[in-house]
Amino acid sequence: MDPVSHLGVFGYVLFWGLTALAAGVFGYRLYQLYRYLSLGRKEESYGQLFRRAVTAIGHLIAQQCQFKNLTRKDRAGIGHMLMAWGFLLFIVYYFFFIIIASGFGISDVMEHNPVYGIYTWIMDIVAPFIMLGALWGIIRRYIIRPPRLEGQRTFEAMVILVTVLIHPITHLGKIATQIAAGHPPAGLGILTPPISTAFSHIYTSSASLDLWHNVWFWSHWGFVLLVLIIIGYTRYLHMLAALLNDLFSTPPPRGIPHRINLEDEATFGVSSIDGFTRKQLLDLYACVEPGHCQEVCPAYATGKPLNPRSLIQDLKSNLLTNGPLMLEKKEPLLPLIAENGEGSVSEEVLWECTTCGACMEVCPVNVEHVHHIIDLRRNLVQLQARFPDELLNLFENMEQRSNPWGIAPSERAKWASDIDVKPFSADATEYLYYVGCAGAFDARSRRTTLAVTKILNAAGVSWGILGKDESCCGDSLRRLGNEYVFDRMAQENIRLFAERGVTKIITQCPHCYSTLKNDYKQYGAELEVYHHTEFIYELIQDGRLKLNPITDLGKLAFHDSCYLGRYNNIYEAPRQVLTAVTGHEPAEMDLHKERSFCCGAGGGRMWMEESLGKHINVARVEQALEKDPQTICVCCPYCMTMFEDGLKDKNITEQVQILDLAEITAQAIK
Amino acid sequence: MLVVACIKQVPDTTQVEIDPVTGTLKREGVPFIMNPFDVHALEESLRLKDRYGFRVAVVSMGPPNTEITLRKSLALGVDEAILLSDRAFGGADTLATSFVLAEAIKQLHQKNELAAVICGRQTIDGDTAQVGPGIATRLGFSQLTLVDRIEDVDVVSKKVRVRRKVGGWREIVEAPLPALIAVVREINRLRYPTVPRRLMAEKAPVSLWDNKEMKLDESMVGLRGSATQVRRIFSPERVKGEILGDGLNEPEDAANLLLGNLIEKDVLYFNSNR
Repeated sequence: MDPVSHLGVFGYVLFWGLTALAAGVFGYRLYQLYRYLSLGRKEESYGQLFRRAVTAIGHLIAQQCQFKNLTRKDRAGIGHMLMAWGFLLFIVYYFFFIIIASGFGISDVMEHNPVYGIYTWIMDIVAPFIMLGALWGIIRRYIIRPPRLEGQRTFEAMVILVTVLIHPITHLGKIATQIAAGHPPAGLGILTPPISTAFSHIYTSSASLDLWHNVWFWSHWGFVLLVLIIIGYTRYLHMLAALLNDLFSTPPPRGIPHRINLEDEATFGVSSIDGFTRKQLLDLYACVEPGHCQEVCPAYATGKPLNPRSLIQDLKSNLLTNGPLMLEKKEPLLPLIAENGEGSVSEEVLWECTTCGACMEVCPVNVEHVHHIIDLRRNLVQLQARFPDELLNLFENMEQRSNPWGIAPSERAKWASDIDVKPFSADATEYLYYVGCAGAFDARSRRTTLAVTKILNAAGVSWGILGKDESCCGDSLRRLGNEYVFDRMAQENIRLFAERGVTKIITQCPHCYSTLKNDYKQYGAELEVYHHTEFIYELIQDGRLKLNPITDLGKLAFHDSCYLGRYNNIYEAPRQVLTAVTGHEPAEMDLHKERSFCCGAGGGRMWMEESLGKHINVARVEQALEKDPQTICVCCPYCMTMFEDGLKDKNITEQVQILDLAEITAQAIK
Repeated sequence: MLVVACIKQVPDTTQVEIDPVTGTLKREGVPFIMNPFDVHALEESLRLKDRYGFRVAVVSMGPPNTEITLRKSLALGVDEAILLSDRAFGGADTLATSFVLAEAIKQLHQKNELAAVICGRQTIDGDTAQVGPGIATRLGFSQLTLVDRIEDVDVVSKKVRVRRKVGGWREIVEAPLPALIAVVREINRLRYPTVPRRLMAEKAPVSLWDNKEMKLDESMVGLRGSATQVRRIFSPERVKGEILGDGLNEPEDAANLLLGNLIEKDVLYFNSNR
């Protein structure tokens, strides 16, 4: 009793007609979306495609996208896993037991075997779990209403969840009527699907049984085809786009801006949607708006206009609005960067990003928000010279004096005027201590600099400095979109390192660290770069530091800086050092390690006013104070400044002190 | 019409040290910058271009490496950059400098009617503030100094109206074109060059006018044309100030500390005119 062959020729015409229609709509929409995508710039070819594909499919099957965000507070991922695994199993079922079996009229052959029995048995168990997942999704989204899904109770979301909920019912009905009629999988013994078998007892009249089986089959297949049709028009699209986005995702470290090509103005910055790369446009298709990025964004959390989720969605709307016009070589309708309130993304949104990378860390579908933001900033800075007023000084100081404050370069080694420091020379010193601008000029950070030198000397490390010849690494410029000046500074630094024979570098600033280590790699610089946290940890492990445990710091909380943690995966070294030095593991803030909350200074925000919403540094200090610490340990001069300011803001500088990891370690040196 | 901005390339004096033995400037390794006052003259000329569609030429007298600074002005949007450079021009004081500049401006004026010459108020290396007025006097132009706003340029009636920042007040002055306008730093903020313009400026020509081209009387230029002779350069002895506080406390406390000390030393002057 196959419902297709049952209707004779008309059945096949209907089945294949509907299937072809849905597949046609689906295929046409994909083609359309591909054409919009192809408006984007081509980028360098991707190597190791096979290995990447295997990894991406592995991630899909393992539902890595959900596991990465499963926390005690947010277990929505479990619902997704149930739906996703169920759906993957269903795809196999559709292919073999509907398209091949019913479509070619060979269901008798396909169904009279134990494989069918086993598979329907599994699907029987899977179906209610899918429904459970969908039901949970509906309850969470429309009744529990977690803040992450704020503004997400849309008709589209409901359509998706309801189709997922109803679809397994039609499957169960189809199998139940099959069993009731005595067709396979009835008669397969213990393989008989338990739930459908139970439901099969509803059907007692053989006259209506046939009708019901037809109804269930056609409604089941109808649902499948309906979903196929709407995939390309709804967030169902993520099923394909997210898989591809994983395939083409940037290998870690994530969030390092790409170089521009000075021969090609199209790379200087993105001024219209076709200025993004194809991968960046694929990001927009992949976004399924779970709101994880919105939940972790420090700018959004403190009331700034930036919401990474909206940003990606606004870019997507721009592509879908302008894409068709651009394909016909017509003028785009919607400006990408808003002018006079008209357009997709406003400038103020772009300047709020600290490039902390929390959004990319939690995004289940590998959207790389920071790249979009920096490319749009590049357009503003490099092509239009439009940026917040306070950045003009920064840019000029950097270009003329190679430091953010515009202090004379001859002052750079003044911090060392009272101590004995060797100039770096490849023959006499092993490591270059790259002090960085804050370490050289900022009064508070100079104390960290001196602490680092004390540690290096105590461990007998051979090190030297470049003194007044040291230049800024250019991190802030790059993150602010001033790639041209960064490019020149980077090349100059690399030339200087090569000329002086520098190969091993110790930094005290995570921004210098990440820039020298990751960004300069794009220029072919092979430098062995250590942040002091790693370096001190190695010294302790090697027994080169004699430590007296220090006990007068009180309760100590540790703050992860973005460019050590998320950007460079250094989480354990500072914790191990603190444990070795104080004898206790440091207290963890609620948001720590991968989920750490930015101090507010990254991405060039250090040099900008923060006039909207609550101050990010105050928010972070408040999070730290929840743990009631007497000491807060940081590993970054920016974090140091932001925490110091935050404590002053809260008026508790008497009760709580901020220390760099190096300062704490230096105190413990015998 | 044409606007000419006069600029000078100067050593970054905050980074200059004086050799205690010879008493001369240690120029080695000191970066050159566009005279910080001239930056605003350049910007104002570009703003006139934006407002009235004038063509902007930038003129500088100096050694050949002044080309670097002229390229920067090309990156900011000037139409033409002219370097007046000749061994004979070297060692000039303000008298000889204003002569060469005035002659160059005269030649430009013959080709393209001049609306204004814009200078910075003074340079940071010479600090005389004489070159601008010198040019105006030599060419017989209206002389508008200490300008902190150009109110309007009327190309039909050939008049310019500017605001001057004088002592404790402002005055609005109208004068016939062409005019020499010497601007103060408060007049504007320099724009930032776009990358395509920077790249264009790297390849754009800088015209070099030497004395073969300008054919000036050699007794009027350079050291020979200068009325001033430098006897000696030295750093004046300065009483070293004292450092107050540690710079780490509240800005409010720091300000109070500073103010208290200034009042105690009786060095504050309260101007009732403001």
